[in-house]
Amino acid sequence: MTINKYLKEPVESLFAEHPYAKDWLEQISCVIDPGDTLFDVLYKQRESFYVSQNMTARMIARQFEDYLQVMRDMLEQPVRAVKTITLCPGHGKTKEPEQFAPLTFHPGDIIAVVGPTGSGKSRLLEDIECGASGNTPTGRRMLINNETLSKDRKTRTRQRIAAQLSQNMNFVIDLTVRDFLSMHARCWPTANTGGRIERILELANSLAGEKFDMESNVAQLSGGQSRALMIADCALLSHAPIVLIDEIENAGINRRKALELLTGEDKIVFLTTHDPLLALLAHTRLVIKNGAIDRVIQRTKREEETLRKLEAADNKMLELRTLMRGGELLEDL
Amino acid sequence: MKLITFSGPPSSGKTSVISKMIRAYLERGTKVGVVKFDCLQSNDDKIYARLQVPVLLGLSGQQCPDHYYISNIEDVFNWGAGIHLDILLSESAGLCNRCAPHIRGIPAVCVIDQMSGVHTPGKIGPVLRFADIVVITKSDIVSQAEREVFEMNVQYVNPRAEIFHINGLTGQGSAELIEALDGYTNDSVVTDNKLRYPMPMALCSYCLGETNIGARYQLGNLRKIKIPEENTGGSK
Ligand SMILES: Nc1nc2c(ncn2[C@@H]2O[C@H](COP(=O)(O)OP(=O)(O)O)[C@@H](O)[C@H]2O)c(=O)[nH]1
Ligand SMILES: [Mg+2]
Repeated sequence: MTINKYLKEPVESLFAEHPYAKDWLEQISCVIDPGDTLFDVLYKQRESFYVSQNMTARMIARQFEDYLQVMRDMLEQPVRAVKTITLCPGHGKTKEPEQFAPLTFHPGDIIAVVGPTGSGKSRLLEDIECGASGNTPTGRRMLINNETLSKDRKTRTRQRIAAQLSQNMNFVIDLTVRDFLSMHARCWPTANTGGRIERILELANSLAGEKFDMESNVAQLSGGQSRALMIADCALLSHAPIVLIDEIENAGINRRKALELLTGEDKIVFLTTHDPLLALLAHTRLVIKNGAIDRVIQRTKREEETLRKLEAADNKMLELRTLMRGGELLEDL
Repeated sequence: MKLITFSGPPSSGKTSVISKMIRAYLERGTKVGVVKFDCLQSNDDKIYARLQVPVLLGLSGQQCPDHYYISNIEDVFNWGAGIHLDILLSESAGLCNRCAPHIRGIPAVCVIDQMSGVHTPGKIGPVLRFADIVVITKSDIVSQAEREVFEMNVQYVNPRAEIFHINGLTGQGSAELIEALDGYTNDSVVTDNKLRYPMPMALCSYCLGETNIGARYQLGNLRKIKIPEENTGGSK
């Protein structure tokens, strides 16, 4: 990229093409008249501006050029498709080696992580999140498409492998659903996000018991509504191929639908849970004991039977809840 | 000895992250010490002392903590080298976001906190803009979308920085930060080295506590507003 192309044009057109350019100039306290050319903006600053930056206009132009280049390279990096992830054994809390053979997962897979509190479920999610390469306390390794993750941090941020969802998470920002989702969509300026925002709201509403709309404030959503919005957003806007879910059992959302939504978008979903129904929704179940993966269970035919019964009971529960909210008597079970 | 500087807004998690790193350094047998620069008061030195590492506390009092820091870093560096530290960690919180303690060639870590809001990266200036490494804390309690937006906003300000998410409470993520810091030279140079971003030219009488108004009280490095001749008006 060369700055010369922009020097003679109004900065407005530069900003339209590269929104971050404005942020950079504002960061260094440039006073900008949008009708001015970049050349004028750079040379029209007060003397105090150049003094405080300790730079000449020419030096600032050079830095700005460099910035535009780095930003463009970063934003235009293609997001790598993930075909498989492989988890290789490490060791438990007392260093005894894990006994399982490397496990390979594909887009659309759900993996449940179960075990007593403190056994190391979250640790496993952490290993996956950072793409462990033997450098974490468990010594586990993770391969993506049969390769270890790139060590290059500058590309890793954009190539994030895992999105997270946990009970502790809240929206802290004070924005409407519309502005919030638009803001998130802008993280991927080169992706086609048209219609996505409407779709996210629609899906979130299908997961949560009580409806909300584009003008609702995200910080004021109920627990269930926030969780639903986070899941729909993770599925449709976040580019991470893996979703890590930490104990969302009491979230007040339709959990099966939530998982279907994520796997339908080709996510690989890991979920820690104490809830048999959630655990049975996964084909693979990792049992953690003393920090190690102690057992790998593939869901059996008879377990599928159990799942069907649990789901019937769960649906009944939802029905009763709806009746109760509507002020009905709950006499028929 | 390797000097590593940590800076960032108050309560962003600097002490929490540094403490987790100290533990990891001690575990692998690295000799580590800490210096904390603050204005009026700090308890961080006690937190570090509990980890059984050599600690210095510098309080700038009436002076700007960033200026105090840069006028003392050489002595502090010599102190650390004198007691044969492998790594000296420096924690400082600036006052006004105008200055950055980052020194050329010395790994500069900026710690910012996800809870401070997605627009914060755009507001904190040179501390973030000139950092090598940006540590984002408190990501454990916000949504994935907010994390991604926050990170993007950090990249807008400093697209070259390496970004790490670290949970200051559990230390999750700190192993990777340590790995990255291992990549920097073990022979930091402070004497005759330079700040990456100049601190404001000052030292006028008001820096020294003057409160009276009027030309006869003003000494030192002063900048005067330019007023065109015809508008001066008033009394002679
Ligand atoms: N939830 C959460 N709290 C954190 C995290 N990091 C730090 N804190 C808390 O934030 C507060 C300020 O942290 P501290 O390390 O003293 O910040 P400093 O002023 O920058 O040194 C403390 O109460 C910490 O326990 C984090 O990653 N997550
Ligand atoms: Mg502190």
